[in-house]
Formats: sequence, structure tokens, C-alpha cells
Amino acid sequence: MTARPGTATQDPSGLLSPEAMARRRDVVRHASRTTLRRRRLVGNGTRIACYVALIIALIPLVALISYTIERGVHGLSVAFFTQVPVPQGVPGGGIYNAIIGTLIIVGLAAAVAIPVGLAVALFLVDRRGKVAATIRFVADVMSGVPSIAIGVFAYALIVVPSGHYSGITGSFALAVLMLPIIIRADEVAMRTVPEDLWDAALALGARPSRVARSVVLRTALPGIVTGNLLAVARAVGETAPLLFTALGSTVLETNPFQPMDAMPLRILQDGTQADPHLQTVAWATALVLVAFILVLSIGARTFAAYATRHAR
Amino acid sequence: MLDSPAGAASGAGREEIGVSLEHVTVRYGKVENAKQVAVRDVSLVLPKSQVTALLGPSGCGKTTILRSINRLHDHTTGRVTGVIRIGDLDVYAKDTQPEIVRTRVGMVFQRPNLFPTLSIFDNVVAGLRMNGVKKREFLREAAEAALRQAALWNSVKDRLGLPAVRLSGGQQQRLCIARALAVEPEVLLLDEPCSALDPMASAQIEELIVQLSAHVTIALVTHNLFQATRISNRTAVFLLNDDHVGTLVEVGSTVDVFSSPQDPRTEAYVTGHFG
Repeated sequence: MTARPGTATQDPSGLLSPEAMARRRDVVRHASRTTLRRRRLVGNGTRIACYVALIIALIPLVALISYTIERGVHGLSVAFFTQVPVPQGVPGGGIYNAIIGTLIIVGLAAAVAIPVGLAVALFLVDRRGKVAATIRFVADVMSGVPSIAIGVFAYALIVVPSGHYSGITGSFALAVLMLPIIIRADEVAMRTVPEDLWDAALALGARPSRVARSVVLRTALPGIVTGNLLAVARAVGETAPLLFTALGSTVLETNPFQPMDAMPLRILQDGTQADPHLQTVAWATALVLVAFILVLSIGARTFAAYATRHAR
Repeated sequence: MLDSPAGAASGAGREEIGVSLEHVTVRYGKVENAKQVAVRDVSLVLPKSQVTALLGPSGCGKTTILRSINRLHDHTTGRVTGVIRIGDLDVYAKDTQPEIVRTRVGMVFQRPNLFPTLSIFDNVVAGLRMNGVKKREFLREAAEAALRQAALWNSVKDRLGLPAVRLSGGQQQRLCIARALAVEPEVLLLDEPCSALDPMASAQIEELIVQLSAHVTIALVTHNLFQATRISNRTAVFLLNDDHVGTLVEVGSTVDVFSSPQDPRTEAYVTGHFG
């Protein structure tokens, strides 16, 4: 294998002569060496800027949580979780009804929004036409609609015609709120499934619906579960959609067709009172709510990490 | 059989040394003190201006060794021990900056990995710009030279502003080679550069590799034994040990390794009996 002068014969430009190459090599190496210090400085500066931004982002979060704990922690007791509110001025009482109310309202909302959202997301993944693009656009717009507007919408649509407030109307409003979040989260999760897997499953003779179920859903499951839990966490803390719908209550109510209490409503109700006892109840409720959302988020992450490590 | 730098100089002619690896071991793993050994104790010389083929079955550490030469393991959980030298540069010395190593070593990967948002021209000069070269005239000259070397100039000179990903697979891979050449590296690492290409495009790349070896030290990882015999001067054969660690079993001139292998395992491999 001799060094062919072939390169030179194709080189009317003279750019490939050893001299030209050596000259260019010198220029590049010189530039690289002389700018390396500056490039490193820029790199380190960028890294420091990232850390600073991280700290700035963490300050309000840490402050919020620590202040909530500070104000709310002495309101917590066993009775707080097992009793219903007592009239103003009477000591004791709890938010049992609000916790149950939140679980029922959000549970019903999730029971509707999660399957519907999944079906829509499957449609979006499968279709690429105008209809899919329109649905995607609508979902994006919907996720930007203020939650109070969704509350008013549910009020006009259900509360006014039926003549009374109810927990299930709150569920409806929350489902409308969750749906766009779930659709986009599910679609993103399913988009990460490589096209190759579609090919592989279809080539084995599987029907498209079977591919979606056995391959796409299974592969995307960690992402889907995470996205859905985060949507639930978002809904749990929403107040505005419930104001016009579930209304709030001071008694234990498990019939979703009646007005119900919910934790965000309890915070609004008690937090705006002058009575320091009620304010403590509001802070303690806020603390429970934050803890609940934290548990949901950690659960979502843990599940995703577990599911990606263990094949099913 | 494993050649030391001194041994290579006498054994493989009077070539200058392009790259030398001495007792290079690469470990992988997240836990610092429990990393798994992937390749153990590789001592190897890549003679200057020659093509050295790294052969062996999948998973025996060829690519791992290749990536240790330009310190790409800095960005993974991999840890490299041993000494690697490129000319007078000690690659893993404490005061050696990885960026300096990488301006002297070009690399081309299995699949074309052009920057999808950049034009043909901007892809070719990407390495130059990242290294702080700004002069337009110089960029244009370097781009033309690199594209000429990659035998791509005539087909793209009128559409340098087009998105690079519009090119065919073979052209994209040649553009990747041009991009690597534009910084005028003295070493070129090729990791199965033809594995995603059709035979015609592969033949063009092979022709190109032979031409480039006139002035660049080339390390070529390949699964294609015929490709190794066609274009490499020297061949290094890697195999998996019984304890699943990659090792270098034989290195020598390609003719010797294929016609009279010293190690029975090499013979079995090059005659196609396993791997």
C-alpha cells in the first residue's frame, strides 16, 4: 500500500499540497490553543450561571414549603384528619370531609380524563392528518385556558340548568382541566417509542390495535403513568374550578351529586377568616395538600424509574 | 506478539509512530470502585500514515479502544488507565486538555451524524468554528480542501448552502469525513464507517481511506474481513477472553495476520470459523 499521489492529480486547486495542509494545520492548532482559555472561561461561566439560576429557582420553592410547614405544622393532629369542621369559636375540628371530598372529586375526574386522554393520545400518535393537528392545537389552547374560566363554564353548563351545586360538577371541571395535560403527556410518552418497534410488531402479523396495546402502551407506560400522576397532582390543588361547582361544605358528604368540601376550598374558606384558629387550619390544610402532591410526584418518579429498570 | 513501541519500529519497518497505546485498560460502571473491565492491557502502535484495522467480534472492545484515543470516555462512565501518546502528546497527562487532543484526532462514526440544522458548508467548517477559527476566507479554503479530499467537492460545490441531511447516505458519510478532515487532524479514527452504506458507497469510502492514509494515521474498526485485507496495512485482532474481557490477541502486518497468524484463535477468526 503506497501513499498514492492520486490526491494530487485531482487537485487543480493546489489546496491539497503538503505545504497547504501543514499551513492550515498550523492555523487551526494556533486558533485552538489561543482560544482554549477563553472557551474554557465561557464554559465555566455558563456552568456557574446555570447553578445560580438553579438556586434562584429553588429559593421561592424552599421558602414556600418551609413557611407552610412553620405555620401549619402545629395545626396537625389525629383529630385534624378524622373530624369535620366545627363552628367558629369552638376548639378542635378537622378537615376529614375536605380530604374525602378531594379524593372523590379528583378520583372521578381522573377516572374520566385518564382513559379519554389516553384514547385521544393514541389517535394523535397514529394519525398525522389535519384532524390530528387540529386536536393537538385545541389541546394546547385548552391547557392555557384559565382554570376559573373552566369553573364558570361548568357552572353555566351543569349547575345553572340542574339548579344546584354538586361534587360531580367539580369533577367535570377538573376533568376538562386535566384532559389537555394528559393528552400531551401521553402523546409525548408514546412518541418516544421507536418506529422500529411498530415495524417489528406489524411484521409479526399483529393488528395495529394489538401493536398499540402490547408494544406502544407497554413501552411508553412509565412516561404515561408519570404524566398522568402529575396531571392528577395539578388537579388536586386547583381551587377555581371547584368554587362554582362543588361549592364547599362543613359536613361529611360522600354523595357526589351534593355540594362537597375539598382541601383547596377549605384553605380559601378558612384562610380568609380573621380567626387565628381557622388560619392555622388553613395552613395545616395547605401543608397536607403540599405533602399529598409531593407524595404523588415522588410516586410517579419512583414508578418511572422502577419500570424502566425492570422489564415487564 | 503484542508490540511495544520499540518493537513496532523494528518489526514493522522503519515507520514513524502515529499513535501508541501502552497497557491500556478501559473500565465501565457507575460505581467508582466497582467498574467492570471492558478491555484489558492493550499495547498497540498505529504507524504514521498507515491504515491499521481493528478486527474482532462484537463486544470485544474495538470501539472502546478507539474512543479512548480521543478521550471520548471522559463523557461516559468509562475510565482509562495506561498511556496513550499521539506524537509527543501524552493524551491522558494531567495537564493535557481533551479539546487539544481532539483537534489532533478526527473521528467518523458508524452512522452519518451531521448536524441536522446546519448546511453542507457549515457542517464542514463546524470543527473549525468551534475551535475559534473565524476568518471567512480561511473557512472557505479549508472547506474546499476537506471536500476535495473527501471526493465530494464536485458534487456539492454548487449547493453548499443546502441542508446537509438532504444528501444521500454515502455522501453524508463522506461529508462526515470532510468535517473531520477540515481541522487537519494527524489521526483519523473510523468506527465502522461503511456499516450503514451500500457496496458502491462503501467502495468509495474505502478508496478515500487509502488516499487519506498518505498523510493521516488511520485506525479503522471493521467487521468486514475483506475490507481489512483490501485497505489496511496492519491488522490488530481483538477477542473476548473466557472472563468476557476484550483483549488484543494479535497484531502485525495485514498480510501476515491473514496468511500466517501466530495465534490459533486469530486463525479461527480470520478464516471465519467463529466471531
